Amino acid sequence: MDAAAIHQRLKARFEANVGDCDLQAKDPFIRVEPAAIVDVCRFLRDESDLQFDSLSNETGVDYKAKGVIEVVYHLYSYPHRHSIVLKVDAPRDNPMIPTVEGVWNAANWLEREIYDLLGVTFEGHSDLRRLLMPEDWIGHPLRKDFVEPEEYHGISTRRESLLR
Amino acid sequence: MSLINSFPEMVITTKADALLNWTRKSSVWWMLFGLACCAIEMMQTQGPRADCDRFGAVPRAAPRQSDLMIVAGTLTLKMALRTKTLYEQMPEPRYVISMGSCANCGGLFQLAYSVCDGVDKVIPVDVYIPGCPPRPEALTEGILKLQEKMMKEKWLVRKEPAGEPAA
Repeated sequence: MDAAAIHQRLKARFEANVGDCDLQAKDPFIRVEPAAIVDVCRFLRDESDLQFDSLSNETGVDYKAKGVIEVVYHLYSYPHRHSIVLKVDAPRDNPMIPTVEGVWNAANWLEREIYDLLGVTFEGHSDLRRLLMPEDWIGHPLRKDFVEPEEYHGISTRRESLLR
Repeated sequence: MSLINSFPEMVITTKADALLNWTRKSSVWWMLFGLACCAIEMMQTQGPRADCDRFGAVPRAAPRQSDLMIVAGTLTLKMALRTKTLYEQMPEPRYVISMGSCANCGGLFQLAYSVCDGVDKVIPVDVYIPGCPPRPEALTEGILKLQEKMMKEKWLVRKEPAGEPAA
C-alpha cells in the first residue's frame, strides 16, 4: 500500500486528528495530533491490510524558530513491505506526548533517548530516565539553545586548540 | 682480591634500583580499558602477530592486578569519573598510556558536548601515542618507551631534603 492510500485509511478513521500528507518527500510523512498518536499507531499496527509491526526508528527535531519539537516515527511493515513516517508537534517550552511504548516495546529506549537529548516528556512511559548522558547532567544537549557547561565534576570541558 | 672477583662466575652483580626496575618493567600487566575503535588495535597488539607478551606485557581484567592502564578510545565525561575511580584502585607504582587521538586530546570529537578532551584532565599520563587509531607497532613502541622510563626510576634514594640528618 502506498503513502496516499495509507493516508486515506487514516483520514477516514481519525478525520481531524490526522493532518496533511507530504507525498513529495523522499519518505512520505503524515502529520498527527499529539492526543491521537497512540490510537493511530495501534490502528496502523492491528489492521490486517496495514500491519505496521515494526517501529524502525523514533527520533526528535528541535525547530527553535517555529517553537516546536517534532517527534518523528518511522514505521515499517514486514508482512506488506510498506513504510510510512508519522510526525507529531509538541510545544517547545513544555513538550508532552503520549508514549507508544504500549504499541511497540522498541519505543522504550528510543523515547528515553529523546527525553535525554531533547527533553520531551512521554506521558505514561514506564521508565523515563536518561539513557546516554549521566544521571546528574543538566539540560538537554540537542536543543538548539543548549549551552555547554564550563566543567563537569571539576573536569574542564575546554581545551586550548586551533579548532576552538 | 676484590669482592666482585670472589664470587663464582654464575653470579651477576647489579644495583638494587636496576634490579627492582628490571623486575617491574619485565611484567607490565596492563588493564583492559578499551573504550572505542582503538581497542581493536589493542587486541591486535596482544595477539600472536604483534605479541606484546614477549615484553612481559599481558592484559588483566581487574585494576587491582594491573600496573598499567592503556586508555584506548574516546573518553566521555560519564566514563571519565569511572576512569578516575579505576585508576585509584590500581596499586602503586602505576602507569598510564594514552592511546590514540581521542584519549590524547578528544581528537575528532573534542567539540562534542559529551566528550572529555583528553584523559590527562582526569589522571596523569606517562606516554601519549598519536594515531587514529595507532597501529599495533605504535602501541608496542609506546610500551617500550614506558619500559625505558621505568628503568630510569630511582627507588632507593633518601627522601629527606639535602643537609638534614636522617631521623
